[in-house]
Amino acid sequence: MSTEHTKNGSLFTPFNIVAGIILAAGLVVTVMRFTMGLGSVTNLSDNNPWGIWIGFDLLCGVALAAGGYTTSAACYIFGFKRFHAAVRPAILTAFLGYALVVFALNYDVGRPWRLPYPIFYQQGTTSILFEVGLCVFIYLTVLFLEYLPAAFEWKGGFDKYRSILVKLTMVLTIFGVILSTLHQSSLGALYLIVPSKLHPLWYTPYLPVMFFMSSMFAGLSMVVFEGTLSHKYFHHKMDEDYNANYLDLQFAFAKGAAWIMAGYLAMKLLGLSMDNRWHYLFTGYGAWWLLEVVGFVVLPCYCYAVGYRDRNIGLVRLAAPWTVIGIMLNRFDVSLIAFNWQLPSAERYFPSLGEIIISLFVVTIGVLVFKFIVTRMPIFYAHPAYKDSSH
Amino acid sequence: MKRRHFLGLMGAAGVSLTTGVTAKAASSADVAGLPNAGGVLFDASRCIGCRKCEAACNQVNELPKPAKPFDDLTVMDTARRTDAKSYTVVNKYVPKPGENPVFRKIQCNHCMEPACASACFVKAFKKSETGAVVYDASVCVGCRYCMVACPFNIPAYEYDKAFTPRVMKCTLCQPRLLEGKLPGCVEACPKEALQFGKRRELINIAWDRVSGNPDKYVQHVYGEHEMGGTSWLYIAPKPSFAALGMDEGLGTTSAPELTSGALAAVPAVAGIWPVLLTGIYAITKRKDKIAEEEKKAAVEAAIAKASADAEAKLAEELEKAEVAGKRRIEVEVKKALEAAAKEQEGGEDA
Repeated sequence: MSTEHTKNGSLFTPFNIVAGIILAAGLVVTVMRFTMGLGSVTNLSDNNPWGIWIGFDLLCGVALAAGGYTTSAACYIFGFKRFHAAVRPAILTAFLGYALVVFALNYDVGRPWRLPYPIFYQQGTTSILFEVGLCVFIYLTVLFLEYLPAAFEWKGGFDKYRSILVKLTMVLTIFGVILSTLHQSSLGALYLIVPSKLHPLWYTPYLPVMFFMSSMFAGLSMVVFEGTLSHKYFHHKMDEDYNANYLDLQFAFAKGAAWIMAGYLAMKLLGLSMDNRWHYLFTGYGAWWLLEVVGFVVLPCYCYAVGYRDRNIGLVRLAAPWTVIGIMLNRFDVSLIAFNWQLPSAERYFPSLGEIIISLFVVTIGVLVFKFIVTRMPIFYAHPAYKDSSH
Repeated sequence: MKRRHFLGLMGAAGVSLTTGVTAKAASSADVAGLPNAGGVLFDASRCIGCRKCEAACNQVNELPKPAKPFDDLTVMDTARRTDAKSYTVVNKYVPKPGENPVFRKIQCNHCMEPACASACFVKAFKKSETGAVVYDASVCVGCRYCMVACPFNIPAYEYDKAFTPRVMKCTLCQPRLLEGKLPGCVEACPKEALQFGKRRELINIAWDRVSGNPDKYVQHVYGEHEMGGTSWLYIAPKPSFAALGMDEGLGTTSAPELTSGALAAVPAVAGIWPVLLTGIYAITKRKDKIAEEEKKAAVEAAIAKASADAEAKLAEELEKAEVAGKRRIEVEVKKALEAAAKEQEGGEDA
């Protein structure tokens, strides 16, 4: 990704070549998936109905897109107005994240053309998945509306609609927080129904609360991480306002993430205490649990805290991707690694090449669309014509 | 947007989000009391592992022919589960090497409060009055959450179909029940290891048999309370149900109960968040306003103080100037007088 300035160079940059290969492979698998069925490209089985298309594409995708609601809530509700310039990149990342989650779901469900059924045709209101589906559907719409002003400013001539949307900012932000609270926690609540299948170290009645709390620091970390990357590759697109508050924002988010992670850790320990599951710590799964909790919650949390105290931006920027990996590890543990833990190893799931290709394919599409949008639309800078506007 | 409009919108949003939950509370209460629900009692001590039930199931449900015929008993040397081509399988268990094997038939247990029905987001599963948990492929999206949710690992999926994949599982032969016939497997069993009847009567029969032979049977009827109770009931010879590969740790909480708490939190979140967030917003705004006012007041005070100081200084200066002026005048007058006196003196001299 080191060569972004393709306009005066060749199309065959290393980034474009890798992206091209992934897209081509993804298209081949796509054709196979939709002409020969799930069985032809996945390792899914009757005992393992959900693989990485749920564990990674859905669970990680939604958690890591939490930067949208955390940043907009911080700016518009909690009064961090000076982080205003960071809202647009966060909203765009979240919008693309959710759009891709829905896109990827089309691969995973057996009859994707029926995806609107649970919302418009026959509502299974007893299902946690119904809640997830409804909230994700509405929230995707909210994110689209929050993103739209940037597209309007780019195209021009939509000032009337743009100003309506800008006036709705507060309502949309509050909607975003409600819907995110509901579906982020519900993704954890999906697993409340399987106490016999999920390892006791991960199964706790607090699963919904833990998923929600971890989505908050996942979102904050993604904003810090995405900001660091964007600074490297899209620096020429950023305006003074963005750059002036950029360091402050990273420090503030580091502080916030450290506090929430500490609370999350307390929750994790409380979960063990409530059902007295400490003895499981001395098993193989216990070692894995400790790796997740100490290696990917305690340590990055400490890193964030020290980074904030010492004004050491390097530490903060190290903690951000570290936390992101920790979140992915947690979602993989709940959905795949600690799930079906009692089955013999021959019946356990491991993703197929086809599944991995589609997951990479989806991420690549996300990166390409992000790149397309930020190099054209006013994301990292305020549009000159709308500079004084509050959005 | 006016505050009143905004609050109205939020209120409407809150109310609309709660409607789904009320519907839920009603549905789980409905299922619990199906007084005439049918069921099947399986007695593992009677099963001889002939696989006739498997063959009958395959036939009445018009499932594809298996790779090995049903009279091939070596199939049972490896543990199997239900799949898209077999709604029921019989597994062989040898409690201790050298002892006689024991067999267990596996199929959908037709839970009283089914996990699959509770988990399905299009209501494709339904507990019917016959006791059967039936599936409607015409609405199924294929999310497979039912398979995740099922504590008995029963539903299977047609992974090889690209356009019409279905979830596949035992129907308790619902079409046959409605015609007044027995389920295929029950009818085919040569040893009366399977017995169809009303669930509440079967529970009595099971307990009579178990408590009448305390040396032979485990003193438990599996399915009476597991996961809130199932239409299929099991009794087994000693030592345990676990020896038949059955999960003895499932507990008695039904699947809908496991998630009802989380669903009940929805209206709370939808109700409290808008209030809390607008509150926080109002507080932040007010803090800003107060800070602004304080700043303004401080500036005004500073200006007032500065002008007062300036006035005082001016007055002082003026006073000083006046004194200096007076003195200068005095000096001038003195000088003039002196000059006049000199002139006079000079005049007199001249």
